[in-house]
Amino acid sequence: MTTPPAGEPLLTVEELRVSFATEEGVVQAVEDVSFELAPGEILAIVGESGSGKSVSAMTLMGLTRSPNAMFEGTAHYKGTELIEASEDQLRRVRGAEIAMIFQDPMTSLNPVMRIGAQIIEQIQEHEALPDQQARERAVELLEKVGIPRARERVDNYPFEFSGGMRQRVMIALALSCNPSVLIADEPTTALDVTIQAQILQRMRELREETGAAIILVTHDLGVVADIADRIAVMYSGRIVEEGTLDQIFYDPQHPYTWGLLGSIARVDRPRPERLPAIAGMPPSLSDRPEGCHFRPRCPHEFSKCAEVPPLEARLEDQAGHCDRCWLTPDEKREKREVRPGEIGLDAKSTSTEAA
Amino acid sequence: MGRFIVRRVAQMLFVMFAVSILTFFIFNVIPNGDPAVRMAGKQPTESQIEAIREEWGFNDNIFVQYTTTMKKVFTGDLLSYTTQLPVDEEIIKGLPRTFALAVGAALLWMFVAICFGLYSAVKAGKFADRFLTIIALIGISMPVFWIGALMNYYLGFKLGWFPNGGYVEFSEDPVDWAYHLILPWTALAILFIGFYSRVLRSNVLDTINEDFVRTARAKGLGERQIMVRHVLRNSMIPIVTLWGLDFGAVIGGGAILTETVFDLQGVGQYAAEAVGQLDVPPVLATTMFAAFFIVLLNAIVDIVYAYLDPRIRLQ
Repeated sequence: MTTPPAGEPLLTVEELRVSFATEEGVVQAVEDVSFELAPGEILAIVGESGSGKSVSAMTLMGLTRSPNAMFEGTAHYKGTELIEASEDQLRRVRGAEIAMIFQDPMTSLNPVMRIGAQIIEQIQEHEALPDQQARERAVELLEKVGIPRARERVDNYPFEFSGGMRQRVMIALALSCNPSVLIADEPTTALDVTIQAQILQRMRELREETGAAIILVTHDLGVVADIADRIAVMYSGRIVEEGTLDQIFYDPQHPYTWGLLGSIARVDRPRPERLPAIAGMPPSLSDRPEGCHFRPRCPHEFSKCAEVPPLEARLEDQAGHCDRCWLTPDEKREKREVRPGEIGLDAKSTSTEAA
Repeated sequence: MGRFIVRRVAQMLFVMFAVSILTFFIFNVIPNGDPAVRMAGKQPTESQIEAIREEWGFNDNIFVQYTTTMKKVFTGDLLSYTTQLPVDEEIIKGLPRTFALAVGAALLWMFVAICFGLYSAVKAGKFADRFLTIIALIGISMPVFWIGALMNYYLGFKLGWFPNGGYVEFSEDPVDWAYHLILPWTALAILFIGFYSRVLRSNVLDTINEDFVRTARAKGLGERQIMVRHVLRNSMIPIVTLWGLDFGAVIGGGAILTETVFDLQGVGQYAAEAVGQLDVPPVLATTMFAAFFIVLLNAIVDIVYAYLDPRIRLQ
């Protein structure tokens, strides 16, 4: 595997589809996801539970493979096609080229192995390093992620660490072979807020130090605002909007994104009676509406929405900013600003109150 | 660790004491249990019986009898009522045979059960898994005296592939020793193999879905390493507990049937014969011996448990 020339994406995902055969029939968890990841970039994939964000991320590492899973599409990483890759090919990528941090640090480490042994195991899987050197590397890694007294702590068991510390161990583990891509699947969801900020800060610093690109999977736009370069918003198995951090936060094009942004609790505004939420529920994965999946919850639905809107750039001067909504940019700007200075789906809540 | 040992020793003494009282008094209230009548031989006179009673102290208060018997247990002077041979010598003679049977069978059933259980879990739902499930259920359902007798008859007597029972000292001829023990080991292990492989299979299937196994996979580890280092080690904890307890139970009398069927002349067979003759001293001694091993293995299991799962501390 060679480093791609500058300007080339590190990872290119095209028309990824993942479905699972379940007792209730075939469930399409991911339908048509495409994105690119540049070296050193932080891409956030944002969406609510069941939007397919975690499945997309795990599929890149082959972690969703099972007899009941079906895959379509491609994911090219430095000349390797990950979706079709054999287990042996994938094993060389896993941990060494693409590493993953999972949501729940309390259960993601083997409870009966010392953390040092768990890190060393990964290092020695990918590099022929003698025990002593691998151990040194493990200590350095633990220091790097901010674990105090790393030289002693390397021989501790996971249960001797707090949740935040365990997540740091997970990050150290993920970084142990200098991967080019780090996939973090809700890395801070299980942690309390102050620890969340520390972990995110650490991840951003590590990106600067190691140059690893990061795919950050989260449901929390607040997390994303701190560290992402680019954001992909997922809804019901599709990316509905994609753009840079500024594009998504200051000029969101898709009504679902407006809803997400409107649902962020803000301390710099008067506290509302109830926190704003998007009305309705996401559709069942096995019974989605035709066309735009957000249609039933969208206050701005019109006849064209029965057709699937392609993910494409709809703004003239913003090539990287794509969305899946049939409204024209002017209509969007008009409709999203129900009240000046606020973004949201208030049109619907006002109309339901009136009725 | 010190406190742990003290507590366990105290527990062991208490259990042995309780077991000895229960055994002694139960055998004293069993009908036709009068040892003097048995010892006097055929058609004794009343005065002969009375003389034996007087000589052996059977006329004493039951509590006095218990105390003197227990004293003899600890001084090694205990005699069997029927054979009038020292009980401790008989037990020591049977001990290596019982150990040879128990250790060999325990290793065999653990090894085979791990292979079957793991394979069954990896192939869950497929033909191999279903086949092994059926085999395991058959194994669990077959009583050892039945399968032992069948093996002895067909493989030993009819086909002559194996010796028809009996025991050869290890020091005399190790190969012949193992040759004589193959059938007993297998007969004793079959039940446990069936049971353990089922337990291990379900443990492995639970562990396989744990988050840390996904982490192991995400590290790029091979399937074999994931199964052995991460899945098996975590699934083994309950099995090791069971193993220790069953091993203690087998040494302490669980092998009575196997020893008898294959005529191994171990402690279990000695106990079985003593029970048949309502011979209190050997029954008492072998029961306490069994209790000793069960409590001992319990303590060892706890130590191994703490080693396997660092979250558990001995106290």
